[in-house]
Amino acid sequence: MLVLLNRIIFIIFISVISFSAVSEEVNKNYLKTEWSFKGIFGTFDRASLQRGYQVYQEVCAGCHSVQHLSYRNLSEKGGPEFSIEEAKTIAAQFEVEDGPNSDGEMFMRPARLADKFVKPYPNVEASTAANGGAYPPDMSVLAKARSGGADYIYSLLMGYENPPSGFELDDGVYYNKYMAGNKIKMSAPIMDGIVEYADGTEATTAQISKDVTTFLVWASEPHLEAQHRMGFKAIIYLIILLTLVYLSKQKVWSRFGSKQEAEEEEGFDKVEKIVTKYEGEDPKTFK
Amino acid sequence: MSKETTPKRRDFLFTATYTIGAVGVGAAVWPLIDQMNPDSSVKALSTTEVDVSNIEPGKTITVLWRGKPIFIKRRTKKEIEEAAAVDLKDLKDPEKDSDRAKNPEWLVMVGVCTHLGCVPLADKGDYKAWFCPCHGSHYDTSGRIRKGPAPTNLEIPKYEFINNNTIKIG
Amino acid sequence: MSETKYIPKSKIAKWFDSRLPLLSLSHHLKEYPTPKNLNYWWTFGGILTFCLITQIVTGVILGMHYVAHTDHAFESIEHIMRDVNYGWLLRYVHANGASMFFLAVYIHIFRGLFYGSYKEPREVIWIIGVIIYLLMMATAFMGYVLPWGQMSFWGATVITNLFSAIPFVGESITTWLWGGYSVDNPTLTRFYALHYLLPFLIFGLIILHIWALHVPGNNNPVGIDIKKNSNETMPFHPYMVMKDLVALLVFVIIFLWFVFFAPNVLGHPDNYIEANPLVTPTHIVPEWYLLPFYAILRAIPSKLGGVIFMFAAIFVLMLLPWLDTSKVRSSVFRPIYRKFFWVLVVTVVLLGYLGAKPPEGIYLILSRIATAYYFIHFLVLLPLLGRYEKTDTLPMSISDPVLNKPGFMDKFKKAAAQYEGDDVSSFK
Repeated sequence: MLVLLNRIIFIIFISVISFSAVSEEVNKNYLKTEWSFKGIFGTFDRASLQRGYQVYQEVCAGCHSVQHLSYRNLSEKGGPEFSIEEAKTIAAQFEVEDGPNSDGEMFMRPARLADKFVKPYPNVEASTAANGGAYPPDMSVLAKARSGGADYIYSLLMGYENPPSGFELDDGVYYNKYMAGNKIKMSAPIMDGIVEYADGTEATTAQISKDVTTFLVWASEPHLEAQHRMGFKAIIYLIILLTLVYLSKQKVWSRFGSKQEAEEEEGFDKVEKIVTKYEGEDPKTFK
Repeated sequence: MSKETTPKRRDFLFTATYTIGAVGVGAAVWPLIDQMNPDSSVKALSTTEVDVSNIEPGKTITVLWRGKPIFIKRRTKKEIEEAAAVDLKDLKDPEKDSDRAKNPEWLVMVGVCTHLGCVPLADKGDYKAWFCPCHGSHYDTSGRIRKGPAPTNLEIPKYEFINNNTIKIG
Repeated sequence: MSETKYIPKSKIAKWFDSRLPLLSLSHHLKEYPTPKNLNYWWTFGGILTFCLITQIVTGVILGMHYVAHTDHAFESIEHIMRDVNYGWLLRYVHANGASMFFLAVYIHIFRGLFYGSYKEPREVIWIIGVIIYLLMMATAFMGYVLPWGQMSFWGATVITNLFSAIPFVGESITTWLWGGYSVDNPTLTRFYALHYLLPFLIFGLIILHIWALHVPGNNNPVGIDIKKNSNETMPFHPYMVMKDLVALLVFVIIFLWFVFFAPNVLGHPDNYIEANPLVTPTHIVPEWYLLPFYAILRAIPSKLGGVIFMFAAIFVLMLLPWLDTSKVRSSVFRPIYRKFFWVLVVTVVLLGYLGAKPPEGIYLILSRIATAYYFIHFLVLLPLLGRYEKTDTLPMSISDPVLNKPGFMDKFKKAAAQYEGDDVSSFK
């Protein structure tokens, strides 16, 4: 069983190396907060998603696009789950370009559920130029595009503080504890009371940061709840099936074992018969 | 040793395994098939709203819905009367005009010939309504097949007036 | 090779089989005599076939929705993830399936290294296997470019740039690969076409791989030759089919755990940022399964040297049947080689870890030591061990442990002792 022990130690070694390589960035000390969507049974807090959408719209959308989201996503299952009417109303606040019409011209019309979220700038270059040479990234998959994910985004939003003495900052550059290199060109976007929540929740910096982070995680992974539900069912099913298949395998293999024994018994019987023939002894004495 | 196991018990394990296995195979195969069904971005475009306020009596416009042409005709009184007066016995595909145009002034039809799918031409043909140039099907002012190889009348899609100026199709 | 001639039961079956012997083939595969002592390390061939089929099926389906153009590639994958029915599932199965495919192939390769499966007469099986491995790496590399994220673009740039190290023709080859003056749309479209094609070449090679295997038959943990039609083998169906199925289910559980609960942990976050030729990521790294080769590439100080050593690391595998001169196949009976085998495993895992680190300081030193050991292991140690290692005695047959069953030998000895001196021919 030393072999087995060696194998277990080896597997642990491999896992530790691979895991440490993979979860490198998680070692950074991010701010801790409870996320309702973490863990295999995680789900999104609908109210938080709706508040988070409000924060995005009022605070972030001036610079950051979420170009892969569609307005209908706001009413689809697994997300903020606004009603269809609410989502239509939200969409209608924005204008999108359509056309050409029968005169060959492009025209603007109110957005519909089928349309993608409007962008604050027409392209990356315009956005960069308007923001002091730093591109405010599209946030459709931001939570997946940063190691640390939700924890990183939340920490960054909460991580603005005075730079340590002697730390040089150019104009338009701010100190952030969690940004790579500690320099960020976005000024602190969240402050107490910067939005007024429709549902009356107190709008502290922490609450606002949490809500908008939750919204961004949903934006990156809108089918998260379906993934978890299906995953749970799949794993349980497979464990059951594995048990059945393993038992079937044992049963099938036991046939071979007895076939082997039967052959050996047969072989031994032959020897026994011949031996008896030549000696006359009672075969029972052989047992 | 195993010969002593009753065949019944042995079969049950295998039968149970096959059955449960089959369920898993089915569950695994379904997404592979369903992914070819219309995705949610396509389904979101499955309705179209059309502003009809600028259409004069007697005029037809064509809009695109689900990739197909839709004829929207604002009929004149004469055209409505003609359509209502047709004897159902003369029709290959008998249908009352009032069943096809709930609001008789407006005719909304899928502009795809029911024969082999060409787009019929407006204001042409023996009935001064629609004529399909591909194989010579003639439709009347209600879009019903009167002459030619097409088997059925032009299809009426699901639509409703969401206000006086706008039709929502689909 | 064909044990008993298969005679189909029905007339139709006879008619068909005499024209295209598919039923005979199926019978051959079902009855194929497999050593009865195979352990679970032998199940990975079947697992790999499952992986290939999964990748092809999900890949073809993803291809129905993906758009291979730099302006639309990233967006089309977001469309798959958000809008296509079960699109998120298909994408995550395909992406994590690639990782699982490599996990299985590494276990399969190390099984071969441990049990001497590459030795005479199985050299061609082994070489075909190395070629399959090469094609897998090419396929995975090109596949990773398709989402057109930052890692897609920059990984493609780094690796295609390597070809410029070749003297005289390097620049032209690189331009030819790119279809332009840098990685851009022409590169993307041709990678898509080739990524779609290569798996079918892999499929063909697998058929040759299994065909070549069925000539001598499977190796086994004890490494000694066995007779095909004896009580030392069992028909592939149902015994090995059931065993393969058990192993496959365990594999699928691990696979689906990743897909549903940690679908991005094996990937790199930077690939969720759209490709930008003007911004280089801080650390360009390939997917984990290519890391050991990446470490070797960066361990060598010269650009051309790095390329040569990286390809040599794979090429040396092809030479293995002739580098390992030991007459003993299985490490079970090679106590010294066995220790070096585990050192090799640790070395490769270490190289993988180092491949993800910046090539400087202690990481660079360790990479060089590990690279040196890798080549010394194959080019120096194996030939020497073959000649000088004192191996354990091989058993007479793979059933040896069975004959040690209590009582059996005693009975036999007792009977034999009684008849010492008698004419042996009378015993028949």
